Amino acid sequence: MITVINWIALLITVATSIGLLLQRDWRWGIGLLAIQYLSIFWLVQTLWPVSMAAVKLATGWMVCAVLGIAQLNKDHEQETEVSWPQGRLFRLFTAGIIMATTFTLSLRTSGWLELSLPIAWSCLLLIGMGLLQLGISAQPFRVILGLLTTMAGFEIIYAAVETSTLVAALLSTVNLGLGLTGAFFLNMSQEDKP
Amino acid sequence: MSAPILWIFLPLILAGLLLLVPNQKVISLVACIFTLFLTLAAWLLEVDTAMTIGNWSFKITSTFEILGRTLVLGSGDRSLLALIYGSSIVWFAVAPAAKAARRLTPLGLAITALLVAALAVEPFLYAALLIEMAVLLSIPLLSAPGKKPGKGLIRLLIFQTFAMPFILFSGWLLAGIEANPGDLGLVQQAAILIGLGFSFLLAVFPFNSWIPLLTEESSPYSVGFILWIFPTVTLFFGLGFLDHYAWLREAPTLMSVLTTVGILMVVSSGLLAGFQRHLGRIMGYAVIMETGFSILTLTLRGTVGLNIFFMLLVPRILCLVIWAFALSILKAHSPTLILSEIKGLGRTWPFATSGLVLANLALAGMPLLAGFPPHQAIWDGLASTSQTVVLWVLVGNLGLLFSAIRVLLAISSAAEGSQWESRETGAQRILLSIGFLALLLLGLFPQWVLPLWANLPGLFIHLGQ
Repeated sequence: MITVINWIALLITVATSIGLLLQRDWRWGIGLLAIQYLSIFWLVQTLWPVSMAAVKLATGWMVCAVLGIAQLNKDHEQETEVSWPQGRLFRLFTAGIIMATTFTLSLRTSGWLELSLPIAWSCLLLIGMGLLQLGISAQPFRVILGLLTTMAGFEIIYAAVETSTLVAALLSTVNLGLGLTGAFFLNMSQEDKP
Repeated sequence: MSAPILWIFLPLILAGLLLLVPNQKVISLVACIFTLFLTLAAWLLEVDTAMTIGNWSFKITSTFEILGRTLVLGSGDRSLLALIYGSSIVWFAVAPAAKAARRLTPLGLAITALLVAALAVEPFLYAALLIEMAVLLSIPLLSAPGKKPGKGLIRLLIFQTFAMPFILFSGWLLAGIEANPGDLGLVQQAAILIGLGFSFLLAVFPFNSWIPLLTEESSPYSVGFILWIFPTVTLFFGLGFLDHYAWLREAPTLMSVLTTVGILMVVSSGLLAGFQRHLGRIMGYAVIMETGFSILTLTLRGTVGLNIFFMLLVPRILCLVIWAFALSILKAHSPTLILSEIKGLGRTWPFATSGLVLANLALAGMPLLAGFPPHQAIWDGLASTSQTVVLWVLVGNLGLLFSAIRVLLAISSAAEGSQWESRETGAQRILLSIGFLALLLLGLFPQWVLPLWANLPGLFIHLGQ
């Protein structure tokens, strides 16, 4: 049963990470990120006690709340990417490449770290999708989403090798800090307008 | 009272309180007095030894437990604490004259405390997390008020954040190597992860694009502070790695890797500095070059290299403070800081423009200035091992020297008949004059600052062997 739910969590991860890449409305972005943290919580709780894993969920949702509030206070004019292909087809294609690559890598990683395949694939997929997001966008909001996604992937894989409470606390603080930085970036953009 | 409470938590609390104070001068005064107290405490107070003042007896313990891990600041760390907090005083004292105290002082104090925590945490690999928190705190410090976040700021965040997973994960592999030292595959994986982690942290080429961008778009004084404290603490963190892991220290390829990285940083930054048109970018490349020099000192085996490594620290902070301060004065007059727009400013801003040139020349290793003695020692040390390396280093140095000459040409090309005047404020003139005097005195008498770093090599006992 747990294995089945792990696969479901992987599917959610796939859907949300691709959704984060394709979304053009910040509400979708934050919603998808919140759902992504739910799957991260499930995957981490297979490695850590539920009480510790819940910290990831609580922190993730707090980050979503912070970013959401910052977005609500922002004037939303049409923002377009200036440097990279904006088309959804291109993003979908690159996401497909990332999925294929991470699947191949996860076969080795799962053996190396003694993780089940859905967990290993989820970690690498999140890292890959986060890197892709960082690579194709220069918008502060998308950069923060990319960093949070990459960090989430790393946190799952790191949970398999480290169970320290201090590390969990510091990683949560870093995630919250990234969320606050994102909110700060959004407010900086806001200050620009008369 | 424990040492981490005194040198980490109290500064953090004070930094939080100072954020609420609106007056620049009050912020600077309080921060300077407090950091002076911390510096003197590090200099004079013994750790883990009972001390008596009159009838009052007290003891500062070295450890502080937090969530199952410990922060340790022992007697050996006192010199390091004195150096870090002592240098911070210089930055905080000059900040009001650079009109940067409101942001720099509280955030700078918090960043300093977090980076001290990074050096104190055990297991020391967790330092990566604390460095990342300091990076996050540096974002509001470096952001230009009322402007969208620039590319440099975003790249700083991305590259420095990338460092953390690599360092943390390498920690897990290192634990495996300690248990099974013969596993060469594991050693190779750990070395790659450590290398990548430090490449991001130290802004090794090609991960250094954020530095010139940031020096262009942010307040020069704040950038100067960040470009001083992050590489300095990261280099100490790196020394800790080398000192702690014998397999890494004794790896046959380590010296060639460090030499290559050092030369790459010195040559690329020197050459690029020589062709820059933006004054801030020249400072950025000079910082990259200095990191390269520090890495090169590690290739000089034994105590020689380690001593030169520490010898570089005091001239570097002095040059960076003067350079960043001079840039911030000029930026108020000429916001773009492009060479073509500062033509002839030597006549109207003589102190600030002299500061630019002198700091630049000092970091290029010009004789009679503070940077010369350590750079001369590096050239000497490198020449005894490889003439080719020295030639490459010379190319880098010449690039930085060329940039100083270009700046000198620009500031001195005033229109005919223009009058000499000084538009700097009295405080700016006094502070810059003190800086120039210090640059000259350190160039002539480098042994005067020896007590500041003489005990530091003792922190890394294995490296000095």
